[in-house]
Amino acid sequence: MTAGPPLRIRGLSVRYPSDHGQIEAVRDIDLDVAAGEFLGIVGESGSGKTQLLLSILGLSAPRAELCGSIRYREQELLDLGSAALNQVRGNRISMVFQDPMTALNPYLRVGRQITEVLRVHRDATARAAERRAIEMLESVHIPEGPRRMRQYPHELSGGMRQRVMIAMALIAEPEILLADEPSTALDVTVQAQILSLFQELRARTGTAIVLVTHDLGVIAEVADRVAVMYAGRIVEQAPVHGLFAHPRHPYTEALQQSIPRIDAPRPTHLASIGGAPPNPAALPAGCAFAPRCIYRLPICEAVTPPLIETTAGHWKACHHDGALGKLRGEAA
Amino acid sequence: MNTGVPQAGGADPQRCDRTGSAAQALPPQPCALLAVRELSVTYRVAYRRGHALLRAVNGVSFELARGETLGLVGESGSGKSTIARALLRLVPAESGVASFHGTDLLKLSGARLQAMRRHLQLIFQDPLASLDPRMNIGDILGEPLRVFEPQLSGQQRLQRVLAMTRAVGLGAEQLHRFAHELSGGQAQRIGIARALIIEPELIVCDEPLSALDVSIKSQIGNLLKDLQRQLQLSLLFISHDLAAVRFSCDRVLVLYLGRVMEIAGCDTLFKACRHPYTRALIRAAPIPDPVAARARRSAPLEGEIPSPLFAPSGCVFRTRCPMAIDRCAREIPLLRQVGDSQVACHRAEEVGD
Repeated sequence: MTAGPPLRIRGLSVRYPSDHGQIEAVRDIDLDVAAGEFLGIVGESGSGKTQLLLSILGLSAPRAELCGSIRYREQELLDLGSAALNQVRGNRISMVFQDPMTALNPYLRVGRQITEVLRVHRDATARAAERRAIEMLESVHIPEGPRRMRQYPHELSGGMRQRVMIAMALIAEPEILLADEPSTALDVTVQAQILSLFQELRARTGTAIVLVTHDLGVIAEVADRVAVMYAGRIVEQAPVHGLFAHPRHPYTEALQQSIPRIDAPRPTHLASIGGAPPNPAALPAGCAFAPRCIYRLPICEAVTPPLIETTAGHWKACHHDGALGKLRGEAA
Repeated sequence: MNTGVPQAGGADPQRCDRTGSAAQALPPQPCALLAVRELSVTYRVAYRRGHALLRAVNGVSFELARGETLGLVGESGSGKSTIARALLRLVPAESGVASFHGTDLLKLSGARLQAMRRHLQLIFQDPLASLDPRMNIGDILGEPLRVFEPQLSGQQRLQRVLAMTRAVGLGAEQLHRFAHELSGGQAQRIGIARALIIEPELIVCDEPLSALDVSIKSQIGNLLKDLQRQLQLSLLFISHDLAAVRFSCDRVLVLYLGRVMEIAGCDTLFKACRHPYTRALIRAAPIPDPVAARARRSAPLEGEIPSPLFAPSGCVFRTRCPMAIDRCAREIPLLRQVGDSQVACHRAEEVGD
């Protein structure tokens, strides 16, 4: 009945006032999340990736001004009041935050926090909720469920807390799971465990996952499709293999070329882009990346390039039409 | 001047030509700038109703040659920062020797310790938090000179500050600004300049790139490497990011629960490591290439690093090790030479990659 992607974002902008003037954290974003897909959103701090996720759940700062449209199935989320929104969040769309220690309530036992989701959204009895929570802990590979349920967050390790967050987010069997840097605060070995858990759960439940990260390596490991954000806009969007094999936006190329790899010859110098990401309160006219871009054209400083589809599924927002490939590290 | 330490700079009789990249895991190096032997650090922590002793570093030995960058890697809780802090005398060592130019750093006190500090500097992870918000950049960079080279005139000091500012790629206009006016990358450049301005010989970099944005990381990584080469600095490079370690370091020391698992030259370590823990770390490091990343898919290491309060018997890694056998629970593996690595594993010969 409802064909097409369950989540459709159109022309979304998020603005809020700050000490340094009006900040447009998210600028004119179009993005679909297809059923069951693993979408990666990559960007640096200040690129708007977290603000984008928060706006989907109606969690933007109180003074934020949102315009555009976020449609989940038939509902326009931006028009919903908080009661109606509560039917969606935690239930149909849920979220895992970066730091599980601050996202979990330190005063409540883990079991109480997981079962709360079911008691609110499913009207479950205490006993049924508890049984389901223990099952859920098992499915995120936390053994000794009944004992863990009685523990407080501080009694768990970092990786274990993040698993509890994931169990909470998935217990209502949402259609979409949003994850904001879920593995960034963890050690690499635990990060690998959490990423493989996401893949396993997606395969088993069919939940679509939107994972926000600054780490292209994480994207390469797990995502089907990637959106690259810079200064509040999506600058490139493509299936993961296409994006890495043939990046079309100079910023994507720069990100890709500037990270050291453990599996390629060791360069004496990393490729690097000069400058720093722009101040979101004082964005340059035209393309926000232009001041740092080695392919810059005169038009870039005047006209914001629209996001256009260059080949099927591969979108870019860049005036430069020629080939990339000028940016390379120095070989050893 | 009675510090027992030759002054830093140009003609040093102990200088040797051992360049970093050619330096693989050789037996004790005669020209080590720093030789650490059996370093242990114990913290007293509250436990239940009383206290318990937490051994964060346990019998760690290594050398650092002049002009060499040695990476310290391991998960959080492996003791890498504690080693650095003990060497800088920011936490007391329980036992061990850290010989720097023939002087034991761990035994110094008072004026001699103070005088030694100019040779040992630290670059912090969070560049903004490590700069005084109420001092301008010029004063921040001038302060080490005021402390360690009080004979300099104001004009001489300014010259040094300006030269150092240029060396880290910033302009003189930055000197009147305050930390909060800098971007993360600029602040880390100042952090580096402040550490280098008194020409130290040994620099501890504690996750110097981790807090930086992706596009800034490579700038600062390149800068550190260039300065290290130009000035022949010896760096202890602490990081959890294996790819950054591989880019920056000549040799790598892998730690787990306060013990050395493996020490090897960088190329050896990433091509043919000999410890199952090193192998697990390398396999867990994300590769920014979906084809390569998905081709090597292997089951991630299970579990998490245990509390040092309850370190396993025998080999501390055995509880997570896919190759553990009975012997691993009984016998602590000693660090020994296998191939080009020094490795502490009973089954090192079987770890092939």
